[in-house]
Amino acid sequence: MSEIVIRGGHLIDPAAGVDGLKDVVLRDGRVVEIAASGKAKAAKGAQIIDAKGLTVAPGLVDIHVHLREPGQGYKETIATGTAAAAAGGFTSVAAMPNTVPTNDSPEITRWMQAPERGASVRVFPIGAATRALKGEVLNDYAALKAAGVVAVTDDGHPILKDNIMREVLINATRNGLSVIQHAEDTRLTGGCSMNAGPMAFRLGLRGMPPEAEYGLVERDIRLVTELAKDAKLAHAHLHVAHTSTAQAVAAVRQARRNGLRVTCEVAPHHFLMTEEHVGEYNTHAKMNPPLRSAADRDAMIQGILDGVVDAIATDHAPHAAHEKDVEFERAPNGITGLESALGLSLRWLHHEWKMPLGRVLSLLSAQPAALLGLKGRGTLTVGSYADVMIFDPKQEWVFRAKDSKSKSKNTPFDGWTMQGKVHWTISEGRVVYQSQPASSKS
Amino acid sequence: MSEKVTPARRTYTPPAPPVSPFPFPSGSSADRSVLSVTGLSLETVSEILKQATLLENEDPLKRAKRLAKRKIALLFYESSTRTRTSFELAAKGLGADTTLVSSLSSSIEKGETLKDTGLTLKALGAEAIILRHPNSGAPWLLERETQLPVLNGGDGMHEHPSQALLDLRTMLAHLRPGLEKVAADTLAGVTVTIVGDILHSRVARSNMLLLPKLGARVVLCGPSQLLPEIAAQTGPGIEIERDFDKALKQSQVVMMLRIQAERLAGVQLDLEEYKVKYQLTSERLAVHASEALVMHPGPIIRGLELTSEVADGPQSLILEQVRHGVAIRMALVARALEVPALQVGKAGRA
Repeated sequence: MSEIVIRGGHLIDPAAGVDGLKDVVLRDGRVVEIAASGKAKAAKGAQIIDAKGLTVAPGLVDIHVHLREPGQGYKETIATGTAAAAAGGFTSVAAMPNTVPTNDSPEITRWMQAPERGASVRVFPIGAATRALKGEVLNDYAALKAAGVVAVTDDGHPILKDNIMREVLINATRNGLSVIQHAEDTRLTGGCSMNAGPMAFRLGLRGMPPEAEYGLVERDIRLVTELAKDAKLAHAHLHVAHTSTAQAVAAVRQARRNGLRVTCEVAPHHFLMTEEHVGEYNTHAKMNPPLRSAADRDAMIQGILDGVVDAIATDHAPHAAHEKDVEFERAPNGITGLESALGLSLRWLHHEWKMPLGRVLSLLSAQPAALLGLKGRGTLTVGSYADVMIFDPKQEWVFRAKDSKSKSKNTPFDGWTMQGKVHWTISEGRVVYQSQPASSKS
Repeated sequence: MSEKVTPARRTYTPPAPPVSPFPFPSGSSADRSVLSVTGLSLETVSEILKQATLLENEDPLKRAKRLAKRKIALLFYESSTRTRTSFELAAKGLGADTTLVSSLSSSIEKGETLKDTGLTLKALGAEAIILRHPNSGAPWLLERETQLPVLNGGDGMHEHPSQALLDLRTMLAHLRPGLEKVAADTLAGVTVTIVGDILHSRVARSNMLLLPKLGARVVLCGPSQLLPEIAAQTGPGIEIERDFDKALKQSQVVMMLRIQAERLAGVQLDLEEYKVKYQLTSERLAVHASEALVMHPGPIIRGLELTSEVADGPQSLILEQVRHGVAIRMALVARALEVPALQVGKAGRA
């Protein structure tokens, strides 16, 4: 039996509508009591965490990370990736299936969740929608789900064929799984390495047109619309990964008005950065979808503020230094994000743009957990998992890539001022991260 | 669904997002590199033009002592005749030892990265690297990794700054003879039309970014497959005119470009139709631009973008451009290796 009592902190649990000074008691991996501040009784031998002056919130949930295992341990391992997650306040991460080999089997799904992987936080594997991400033959969703998969996707390899995508949606819905689409019509983006537009022209780079993204989102929504006519498939869930264009957000907004179960996520780099940051061919500003125009960036912020965006997800995509240290066009896509997401979101969305703290936290915990049906996650009601982040939402600090727990340091946010510092992260009742008091004011 | 977990909503007016909280390194570099024309001030352009003239006119034996025993590497990942030879002659004219590494017949073939090749050249004593590379932006990588001055000899579809400088020198020799110093109005009233495969042309980009700094108006002309509308937003002073004859009528300078078959990547183009619309013929020239200077960065494809009569005709400056190239590149190489600037009178007008 293990018990942790978190005393004197300000508890914010958006899903439960709690916002006040509370004690939180965790036992055997679960939340067992929420008491008025100072009222919780600690059992003998319980660990007491003094959270005075700090905020206590549900551990964050990132529904879009690449942990690179199996197969690419030189970029990241499940152990290092989840250590980075813990340092960033995350207690649940959903791992994309573009591993080597691809996660399209119950064996790999179980391997990823095995204790031998040394994960600091809970890993929820996402299964490959089609075999080897080729967009042709569907995997066995019932078997994948039984092994622990929480959704299916061909992330990075969008499903272009209408009939295959329709089958994926039908089969996933029958098995109670969400379908996540990386929306990119790859017929329009061959050889492209940034957003299409004047900037790409000036830099002499081939550009990915925005329609490559929103065209596929619109196609997917059309498919969901058709399926929804059948009552058995009316709850089909399409989730649009890392939305980056104004039109894609608009399409999701419209689909929701039409009563469809269509959701979307936005990554911090897409609501903070624009194509201008490619600058002098900075490979840490290269990702897919690419950084877009200022108007697109503004649409991401608008979508977050007005609620059409359901989650902030990092698309944490570690790459080794030697892979990024090459010509821009040859560099792989992606940046790390687990350790900067909270500090960036709080700094900009909360402190600068005055979004209530509870709503920002909800986008990083309750909403993504609900979106993938992760029961007992993203909230701290009694009976939930003891997944807790204890942090100081006001504390400013400077993010240093070299101090990252991730195996890879490919981040454009090196040297950026963050606001909101994680002091403790507890995953299922275990303290998995504790900041060093000495370095808290770095 | 997710509505359930979302707390009550209010409408927010989003304030202006961050302008750029990004601590990007500003400016490209060592001032001795030339990676793009965008970083060149008018003062720098004037100085390069001045040094080109002084070096060109200097006694070759004296000149050959300026970089005696200094080492310069030419790193060429793409084929080249003019750029490579003129950089080489420029460096050798100043007395430097040069070495050429090309992607064929070197370890690049074995998979060595640009970074490692650059570091190897540095370890061998290279003090500056002249780079031609098929990827846009490659010179920045090389400069960052080697910390050596880098002269961009053409990177992908991005820029070819030494070509734009030699094009400028050629134009000035005809339009503003004897001019000593360029200013923001030096080319006021001059329209330069660049014709053809703008999309894939690094020469076009460097020229359209450089010439308006001196007051020139740049008109781009070509079919939409090779000239997207967004090209006009590359910088100030750039316009698009798709009718070649109309563009010619306004032009004091016509710069013809080769269609870059190697970069077309799926672009469908009817060459016969292209020739009807965009080929520079002596008839066209006589009717619409009988006084205009005809330029071409080479290599020319006779009978495609221009006819032999035009290429060899009295308005053609094509070979003169090549000559100016050596002078400009001497100035760039000398600047890269920090040779003390020559002063008028001292080095002597031969």
